[in-house]
Amino acid sequence: MSLHKLTLCELQKQFQAGEVTATEIVRAYFLRIGHVEPKVKAFVTQAKESAFMEAEVLDRKLKGWRKTQPLTGMPLAIKDNICTDGVSTTCSSRMLQNFVPPYDATVIAKLRAQEYILLGKTNLDEFAMGSSTENSAFGPSRNPWNLHCVPGGSSGGSAAAVAAEECVAALGSDTGGSIRQPAAFCGVVGLKPTYGRVSRYGLVAFASSLDQIGPITRDVSDSAFLLQAIAGHDPMDSTSVDRPVPDYMKALQKWDLKTVKVGVPVEFFAEGLDPDVEQSVRAAIGELKQLGAEIKEIRLPRTDAAVAVYYVIATAEASSNLARFDGVKFGFRAKETKDLLDLYMKTRQEGFGPEVKRRIMLGTYVLSAGYYDAYYGKAQAVRTLVCQDFDAAFKEVDLIVTPATPTPAFKLGEKSEDPLQMYLSDIFTISVNLAGLPAIALPCGFSKEGLPIGLQLIGRAFEEETILRAAHAYEQSTQWHLKKPTIR
Amino acid sequence: MIFETVIGVEVHAQLRTNSKMFCGCGTTFGLSANSQTCPVCLGLPGSLPVINRTAVEMAVRAGLALNCTIAANNQFARKNYFYPDLPKGYQISQYESPICEHGWIEVRDSSGGTARIRIRRAHLEEDAGKNIHETGTSGSRVDLNRAGTPLLEIVTEPDMHSADEVVAYLKGLREILMYLDVCDGNMEEGSFRCEPNLSLRPLGQKQFGTKVELKNINSFKYVKDAVEYEIKRQTKVLTEGGKIRQETRLWNIERGETAVMRSKEEAHDYRYFPDPDLVPLKLEQKWIEGFRSSLPELPSPRMNRFIQEVIISAWHEPPEHVGQLQKKIIPQSGYGLSEDEAKMLTASKGIADYFEACVKQFPQPKIVSNWVMGELTRELNNSGTNISASPVTPERLVSLLQLVDRGVISLKVAREIFPELYSSGKVPEQIVEEKGLTQVSDEGALAKIIEEVLGKSPGQVAQFKEGKQQVLGFLVGQVMKASGGKANPGKVNELLRKKLG
Repeated sequence: MSLHKLTLCELQKQFQAGEVTATEIVRAYFLRIGHVEPKVKAFVTQAKESAFMEAEVLDRKLKGWRKTQPLTGMPLAIKDNICTDGVSTTCSSRMLQNFVPPYDATVIAKLRAQEYILLGKTNLDEFAMGSSTENSAFGPSRNPWNLHCVPGGSSGGSAAAVAAEECVAALGSDTGGSIRQPAAFCGVVGLKPTYGRVSRYGLVAFASSLDQIGPITRDVSDSAFLLQAIAGHDPMDSTSVDRPVPDYMKALQKWDLKTVKVGVPVEFFAEGLDPDVEQSVRAAIGELKQLGAEIKEIRLPRTDAAVAVYYVIATAEASSNLARFDGVKFGFRAKETKDLLDLYMKTRQEGFGPEVKRRIMLGTYVLSAGYYDAYYGKAQAVRTLVCQDFDAAFKEVDLIVTPATPTPAFKLGEKSEDPLQMYLSDIFTISVNLAGLPAIALPCGFSKEGLPIGLQLIGRAFEEETILRAAHAYEQSTQWHLKKPTIR
Repeated sequence: MIFETVIGVEVHAQLRTNSKMFCGCGTTFGLSANSQTCPVCLGLPGSLPVINRTAVEMAVRAGLALNCTIAANNQFARKNYFYPDLPKGYQISQYESPICEHGWIEVRDSSGGTARIRIRRAHLEEDAGKNIHETGTSGSRVDLNRAGTPLLEIVTEPDMHSADEVVAYLKGLREILMYLDVCDGNMEEGSFRCEPNLSLRPLGQKQFGTKVELKNINSFKYVKDAVEYEIKRQTKVLTEGGKIRQETRLWNIERGETAVMRSKEEAHDYRYFPDPDLVPLKLEQKWIEGFRSSLPELPSPRMNRFIQEVIISAWHEPPEHVGQLQKKIIPQSGYGLSEDEAKMLTASKGIADYFEACVKQFPQPKIVSNWVMGELTRELNNSGTNISASPVTPERLVSLLQLVDRGVISLKVAREIFPELYSSGKVPEQIVEEKGLTQVSDEGALAKIIEEVLGKSPGQVAQFKEGKQQVLGFLVGQVMKASGGKANPGKVNELLRKKLG
């Protein structure tokens, strides 16, 4: 079997056993990338040269004393808003087209310490703002299941790369669904950890109180494996939480779901839900029941407010986070400017795409004197209510199951003219970010058109083990994750 | 119409931490541009701030010394505005919940009484970098070494009414911060920056007038000049029936006047909101109280102590040498100094500490005070040295004073050799010995000189015998001169009287 078909855990086993070399792995993947990348367009930057070099160094080293780390030699793709020392980090923006960070994000430092191999940086909606990668300054990525469809976003490049087997696994970031929605669209597994579980240091901030880095993988075991490598407290990130990281792989060992109470929120099965999606998700809930889970109907009454709250808070934070892109110190600077104000205006006018500008303006507005209380203040208050909804639900159930998205992947261009429609594609994922909870999206079926459908499992804060265990049990009893796209 | 001036003051005090407010970079002044920077203080994409614990401690100590309430729950906020010296496009500051609130300090006003100036709030924030505009080059440069240096912004209530009062407040505040060792107080380097805001209102009116903020003031003299200028300017405008515009004005040193920098219409909407990168900072009451109990003695109580009468517990004769009877002073009692002396000695913690270190070993406060404020201060000023780095340590000064006290050298000689003591690094005994300056107290040797002097001054001798006591002083002087200043004047006096008596 070709190396690129193996999961992370399988490849890792072969490598650790000395059955394959790092160079063989890198060669196999760049062969695959060469084959499908022109169609999928998952990458912004391919790190071919450095990947081969790193692989050679590893192989030479391992010839002598074979001492390995869990991720030694594993070929990963990284979303291009996570800083990689010496490798350009563009955020798919003209603003950072030539930006090469002089430092590694904490997650990258952790992967590097485990001797991973960086295959490349993946495409995203500019500064992670979007749900389709169509907001990338470098053109959209494609859904490997149907090249006319979007891979979702913003981590669309990472999800597409994993689905198209252009990397064994990838990292994405999730602010309102940016890991789970593209994972669902591309038929792979996407995990958004609890806010504070994974360091944000080196993740180019979109909305600081919502952003979280997480793994995008081929199956649930890989997700647990990669989460293990990146989770943990980081003194460089004050919002990361100092509590022990459990053994996630161990959590997967328990297969049945007896004693697990699963909540089904009625608000998520309302108008606008695609019938194929509903059918698949309901079937999945039946499967969970078969596995021993107790299914309970619950209510999350503020679900309808979540999108509005999100677009106030996320844009407010973004308007401030993106102020540093002013053409003074790094990144793009407009030419032929006559004074400082002109430099700022032209740089930001030419450097940012339309969606980023829209959100900066929205965020600036909601923080303005006279409007702050009505928008930002109110949104924070409602955010607290959204959290309370979840708190109340988690008194009754151990995890919550929902569709990951209201529809399967949509066509390129289908929603790009209507921002509101685009925003609504994250309606099932957004409230999870507002509450800072962990959630996983995994394949649970296909639409009539043959597009993947995603199931979302939401857990209590810092209980990634519970959702991983349930997801794993479901995955083991189904075959969805084994289906692969024919890319054409 | 008579107007009342109402003034409030904002001070930005740089905290003396080793590292910056939100990263590990150093805070040394004057290094080559951008050499003290990292991804965090450069505001590189993805970098995150981490609160400097020492800065929080310093703010708490300052707050306690300023009689403030310390907030148990602290939140940092972002103040958003664009400027090249502001790397992130926002400054991390505190907005709704400052770390210190509702304090006060007492200052002596011009009439000699004390005035209480209320502190509205003091909050932590980070400093910006510096824009550098070099003539003859195109464009400007940005130095971000200072960006991220911790600041404590201290804001008063509008409790001051004159330039003198503002200066007194600023001096008092600066002394306190320097005593606590939380700020070096250097106004020229910008470690202690002040911005008075000032308005006038008809005497008796309750409502405040329109206020003007003053910037670019980097010495106490300019504070006084700028405030006085602005009072005159506003008085003139109002007297002539004009209106004061709400604006920020810059003090122009060369022209000695203030000029508009920006008007209210141009004022920013800073869009403050809680910084989501920093979790709320909770301070435990026990932790705060720990700092309260370890606060050093502050300038104003210390000054009062220095003025307090000496409490003498015993008279004793030092065992090692013959000299005056010495007073043993209880450490916590006063030194019986005049108010002026006490004020000067407590103007800086370094001077006061030095003084007390000397008095501990040489319990004659008045003499020590004279030397510290006289010879020592002169040498320190001449060489631009801080007292804490004085080459003449308290131990050496005490040695010198003991030599005088024991009659080994005269006071005059001690004063003469002080500059050498200061510059050479030698101990006083060595200098005295090398120069052969030991005082002559030997009666035989002195009798010889006296004999000579009396022989040369028969007129004066006759006058003295006729009862003109004042002539004795002249004769003592002649003997001193003849001895090259080395004769012990007390002994000479005694021998002369015996001889002539």
